[in-house]
Amino acid sequence: MTAGALLIPGRLRSGDMARVASVGLRTRRLRAALSALGIAIGVAAIVAVLGLSSSSQAGLLAEIDRLGTNLLTVTNGQTLTGQTANLPLTAPAMIARINPVTEVANTGELSNVNVFRSPLIPQVNTNALSVQAASLNLLSAVGTSVAQGSYLNAATATEPAVVLGAAAAQRLGIDHIYRGERIWLGGMWFYVTGILKPAVLAPEVDSSALIGYTAAKRYLNYTSTAADGTTTQGPPTSIYVRATNSQVGAVDNVLADTANPENPGEVDVSQPSAALTARADAQGAFNGLFLGLGAVALLVGAVGVANIMIISVLERRSEIGLRRALGATRGQIRTQFLSEAILLALLGGTIGVAAGALATIIYAHTKHWAVVIPTEAWAGGITSAILIGAIAGLLPAIRAARLSPTDALRTV
Amino acid sequence: MNAHDQAISAATGQSAGNSAAAARPAVLELHDVTKTYGSEPPVFALRGVSLTVAPGELVAIVGPSGSGKTTLLHVIGTLDRPTSGTVRIDGIDIAELDDRQLAALRARSIGFVFQQFFLAEHQSVLDNVADGLLYAGVDVRERRELAARALNAVGLADRQHARPTTMSGGQRQRIAIARALVGQPAIVLADEPTGNLDSHTGEQILELLKELNTQGATIIVITHDHDLASQLQRQVHVRDGLIVADTATDAKPATGIEDQR
Repeated sequence: MTAGALLIPGRLRSGDMARVASVGLRTRRLRAALSALGIAIGVAAIVAVLGLSSSSQAGLLAEIDRLGTNLLTVTNGQTLTGQTANLPLTAPAMIARINPVTEVANTGELSNVNVFRSPLIPQVNTNALSVQAASLNLLSAVGTSVAQGSYLNAATATEPAVVLGAAAAQRLGIDHIYRGERIWLGGMWFYVTGILKPAVLAPEVDSSALIGYTAAKRYLNYTSTAADGTTTQGPPTSIYVRATNSQVGAVDNVLADTANPENPGEVDVSQPSAALTARADAQGAFNGLFLGLGAVALLVGAVGVANIMIISVLERRSEIGLRRALGATRGQIRTQFLSEAILLALLGGTIGVAAGALATIIYAHTKHWAVVIPTEAWAGGITSAILIGAIAGLLPAIRAARLSPTDALRTV
Repeated sequence: MNAHDQAISAATGQSAGNSAAAARPAVLELHDVTKTYGSEPPVFALRGVSLTVAPGELVAIVGPSGSGKTTLLHVIGTLDRPTSGTVRIDGIDIAELDDRQLAALRARSIGFVFQQFFLAEHQSVLDNVADGLLYAGVDVRERRELAARALNAVGLADRQHARPTTMSGGQRQRIAIARALVGQPAIVLADEPTGNLDSHTGEQILELLKELNTQGATIIVITHDHDLASQLQRQVHVRDGLIVADTATDAKPATGIEDQR
């Protein structure tokens, strides 16, 4: 019959749609808020975890940038037979002749010398500290500075004076320098003249007690034989090289050959900033656990939303019946309850993103990091909330749509 | 005629009455309708009901509980399909319609009034009435305009912005009646419209229904109350799933609408 063919259900306009979908939220506010809370907590956890790790990465990268990425470290490697190789005495001077190299500093590790708070400390308690002879320009090359006191100078480098790295000072129990303070180093007293700030690019300096090359030669017998047969200062074991930023790669390539032309294979060259950058990238691996917890919270939130929606459908039977009597199709009822669940989850998701972002901003601010909230964090939070709403709302919505109008109108 | 056209005729003050009534087919035709529920053992709620209602009639379907009058209401209201027999609403055989078309038919051609009112408490009176056209594809401004007219017709023009919760039972039923009338449907189905009201208020609601009928609305009242039914033009008595009597008050013929006008 043609009259029947003309009967096409009226479409709800978007304004009506929004009003109908939000009926449940507007009439049962506390319930809506509580069930949105579950989703909000899950999304907040995820956004905060991703935001904080990104911000801390950004902080680390900014730190690396500040310290410079143009530091190259040359260390003595191993010989073919597996023994520790020595760098030639002339290596620092040779490297300094490479054109783009702007600064060369070196340290020489005194391998059999230990440092103690006092002679009363048992010999085995070395605290994993090393004693290094250091050149006078070490601080500017590795990018650190003195926290207290002063660094070695031309005078103190010849005397039994020592400067402690940040970790070394801590492990020896020295947090303050006073006049005449001394430590037991290599079987004699050395006077502490300074404590360094942490050297991020050269962490080995942190756990070292630094003395002058001349002092090492004079008091601790750290010597080597020069080409002309005379006894002179000990060999360097680490050389810190700063190069022009654009030429770091080129310098890197020739560094081994320059440092030890006879046995370039016995030289290790590394770029500490590259390792740090890799570490910053790897930091995300720790987030797995927290993201998992966030996902569990989201799951619980989804169950809450599904639960509330099922109860809502039961409670609102007469509303469903009335709407069917007013001419709503099954599809329109289904859409109404599905959109209500999505709206509920979206509400929770939005609050969660805001809370997670706020937590990130506050924490990053206290740490002086740049605030970074990755797009995938907030977009993912909102998207997962919508998805959760859709999944959680599907079953209740289908139930509501399946309810026959006569059953729905039957008052219990 | 769709709801929009009806809405326009309502807006111009024209009711679907008088001269048009004679030309229009019956708004409701039931032919040998049966309805059986379940299978073990089956319940025969309707056992072959035939009924014709012309435009402009005011009919009471009266019977005790269990007589099948609620099932009859559901079948007439197209909320349920008969097991056998034909149902024509406004000339359209509902057997030929799918669920969506049936919903569209309800949206345009049938207005419901329930015993429990079923009003949305959080909405204003005006929006409650306007929701009568929510699923008929009428935009919100026009819905509100028509709702204001319908509220005027039931005597609640000054309470448009009140909440239903602040109103008495009689007023609430007036709102529900306005909601049923707002789209000028072919049939208004009232299920025990006075069932939740005291007798005095019930009288007023009945008077309102009569008045709306004289303005052209076709109204079918389902009730168990014989006193109430006797005040309407025509009474269809239902018992055990069958029509046992179809009488007209004042000895006027059941289809004698022309005589009344």
